[in-house]
Amino acid sequence: MTNELDYLSRRVAAGKLSRRDFLGRAAALGISAPFANSLLSSAARAAGPVKGGILKAGLVGGESTNSLDPALMMTQVPFAFGKCWGEMIVELSPEGKLENRIAEEIGSSDDAKVWTLKIRDGVEFHNGKTVTAEDVAATLERHSDEKSKSGALGYMKGIDTIKASGKEVVLTLKEPNADLPYLLSDYHLIVQPNGGKDKPDAGIGAGPYKVKVNEPGVRHVGERFANYWQGDKMGHADQVEVVVINDATARTAALQGGQVNMINRVEPKIVDLIKRVKGVTIRNHSGPGHYVFIMHCNTAPFDNNDLRMALKLAINREEMLNKVLRGYGSLGNDFPINASYPLFTEIEQRKYDPDKAKFHYKKSGHDGSILLRTSDVAFPGAVDAAQLYQQSAAKAGIKLEIKREPGDGYWNEVWNKQPFCASYWGGRSTQDQMYSTAYLSSADWNDTRFKRPDFDKMVLAARAELDEAKRKAMYHDMAVMVRDEGGLILPMFNQFIDATGPKVAGWVEDPHQELCNGYALAKCWLEA
Amino acid sequence: MSSPIVKLVAQRIALGILLLLAVSVLIFAGTQILPGDVAQAILGQSATPESLANLREQLGLNQPAYIRYFHWLGGVLTGDLGTAMSSGQDIATSIKERLWNTLFLAFWAAIVAIPLAITLGLIAVRYRNGWVDKLISGVALASTSFPEFFIGYLLVFYFAVENQWFPAISTVYEGMPLGERLQAIALPAAALTLVVLAHMMRMTRAAILNVMQSAYVETAELKGLSAFAVIRKHAFPNAIAPIINVVMLNLAYLVVGVVVVEVIFVYPGMGQYLVDHVTKRDVPVVQAVGLIFAAVYISLNIIADIAAIVANPRLRHPK
Repeated sequence: MTNELDYLSRRVAAGKLSRRDFLGRAAALGISAPFANSLLSSAARAAGPVKGGILKAGLVGGESTNSLDPALMMTQVPFAFGKCWGEMIVELSPEGKLENRIAEEIGSSDDAKVWTLKIRDGVEFHNGKTVTAEDVAATLERHSDEKSKSGALGYMKGIDTIKASGKEVVLTLKEPNADLPYLLSDYHLIVQPNGGKDKPDAGIGAGPYKVKVNEPGVRHVGERFANYWQGDKMGHADQVEVVVINDATARTAALQGGQVNMINRVEPKIVDLIKRVKGVTIRNHSGPGHYVFIMHCNTAPFDNNDLRMALKLAINREEMLNKVLRGYGSLGNDFPINASYPLFTEIEQRKYDPDKAKFHYKKSGHDGSILLRTSDVAFPGAVDAAQLYQQSAAKAGIKLEIKREPGDGYWNEVWNKQPFCASYWGGRSTQDQMYSTAYLSSADWNDTRFKRPDFDKMVLAARAELDEAKRKAMYHDMAVMVRDEGGLILPMFNQFIDATGPKVAGWVEDPHQELCNGYALAKCWLEA
Repeated sequence: MSSPIVKLVAQRIALGILLLLAVSVLIFAGTQILPGDVAQAILGQSATPESLANLREQLGLNQPAYIRYFHWLGGVLTGDLGTAMSSGQDIATSIKERLWNTLFLAFWAAIVAIPLAITLGLIAVRYRNGWVDKLISGVALASTSFPEFFIGYLLVFYFAVENQWFPAISTVYEGMPLGERLQAIALPAAALTLVVLAHMMRMTRAAILNVMQSAYVETAELKGLSAFAVIRKHAFPNAIAPIINVVMLNLAYLVVGVVVVEVIFVYPGMGQYLVDHVTKRDVPVVQAVGLIFAAVYISLNIIADIAAIVANPRLRHPK
């Protein structure tokens, strides 16, 4: 049976059998559609990428205010186009391992305080210059400078000195950090000639595509860079194009009409409709992103752990996952880590328990309604989610009052300011990054005001620990602490839902970010 | 005869400029009233008192408002709209292309909509109160009554998704061949046409019907002219002033009111540009776009006034 399937999948890859027929045959053999699809994509990969053509993506998350300066990248379009023209020092592989790019080798001292990056030979910038250790050092320097306003500044502050000598860059950290290579995979850290200090938005990198057209908020076009250092792995299409389509309906229509080959952010509520369209494939994958309700642990009434526990027990996670995300996600357990992080350990799933919630609520001694702020922009479906929460909490005798805030200004006026509101997190690539960004006492974005010196110590200790097993145990303890004592109510992790049109092959499932961690345009190709 | 016209036209233009100045004061004042200032908006979450003070100094925000106003006005008059805070790009350069795109779309929508509306209006008058008239009015009113996004989505559904005759998104760029460009804007232009059609058509119909009651139309009918000839030669020229007025108003709408249509069809025009910068609190851009929209509106109204004056002897020779 498997032999027959293998044979058939190769026929599809060679263009001799239609995808539809293949799936029909597979079903006849008792193979489920997802498995058959995965067989197909591996066959397509085995058949080898097809060079040529124009690959277009229609994406939400671009504005006319965007810039090619990697330090300022915030939204999906600059992120995805950055992966086309830029090359990273190091990248996360789809399996969650480290993949060396411009750094050929990364080594550290025993205390994880001094790190050495060996720069690969023969990587070329689009302007014809070779990438040197000085360029890498200058890039890191620029992102460590407050003036660059870099999105990576938070992590870069931990680097004390950056020195380039010969083919090596030596980084000395202020505090030991075993996760440094992961931090260097941050998408802002695109290596630029002289670190981009001369002209940050020049758009010259060492990635598979040269910037040909840059019209912020409209479209970005890249032309294949002939001297890309690993041209066999990426940069298959002759030209890639990102068209900014912020309207969800227009994005779907563009995919159906064939103007673009792939789109991001398909809304969960229309996924089932899109699935039925001929030639369209839904690409959903779970990632570290999550939707949350956050309480300030230092503000009454949320300074009482019994009240926090009551609110955590009063939310019906399963219902919310099914109704708000239509099942395109997974259950949350009140700590911000899931299986897409390295060193994750399972902890018993918290369930909806009105009786227990009632018990803790009584114990807290709180009386009267609790104000929960929400908004359309907090996360897709946040208003509905708040209403579901209100109903499930009512069954536990807890009265939630919902206030719908305007989307404009929500992130300035409500999030991180008001004591109880809806929000989302995109997640980070390591547990240390996630906890350092939002759970350290000193973190700017500590949006639950979780200020615990004992927890801070654990974060720092885990960061410096090079022994994996010990680290894993430490992260487990930290997760339990956040889950049972923190101000985070995390009902669900969301999935990235992208979609591709006919003939798009080479898609790689990547748990880190949407669109194959932004590499969809560089890694995919159009079947002949 | 010519001197009173010149005088009237000069008066209108002077009034228009005065109005525009008043609008510029309003726009400037409005953006000053907004909570926070530009420096705070630029620095956002990372604002510290020192960096705020430095940036205010650098941007000249410590000067009194009226000095800043004249500074800004002087820049605008010399074609310098300043730089966008959010991207650091020169506003005049980025607006030029956006404005050109918006005008291009408005132009083609107008080319279709105006003759169509007037012709339909004339036909409606010719067959007034008959089924042709009712059909034309009914369809036009219905298309105007639907919200523009609904019409837009309907067009996309039938002509882009179901039949794939036209692209669903209207991305245009510099160097795009005219044919492709026209194909790209076909759907948004159609949506805009449907939106403005009824207003112009109904006004044409009403204005001409009004004239049709006059004695000279009766005379024309009595001397044996055909119904269309009466309308074309006698009724239409006398009804032209209100028609021009409504046409100009709709032209203005095609330029300044296209935000929704631009968003639906992802058309890179002024509306989309404005929306992006409003959400970023990019005040210099919002001011510039606001002023351009006001200028378009006012100048089209001046043209309407002047055309009405030229077409109407009574206005031409005021007592």
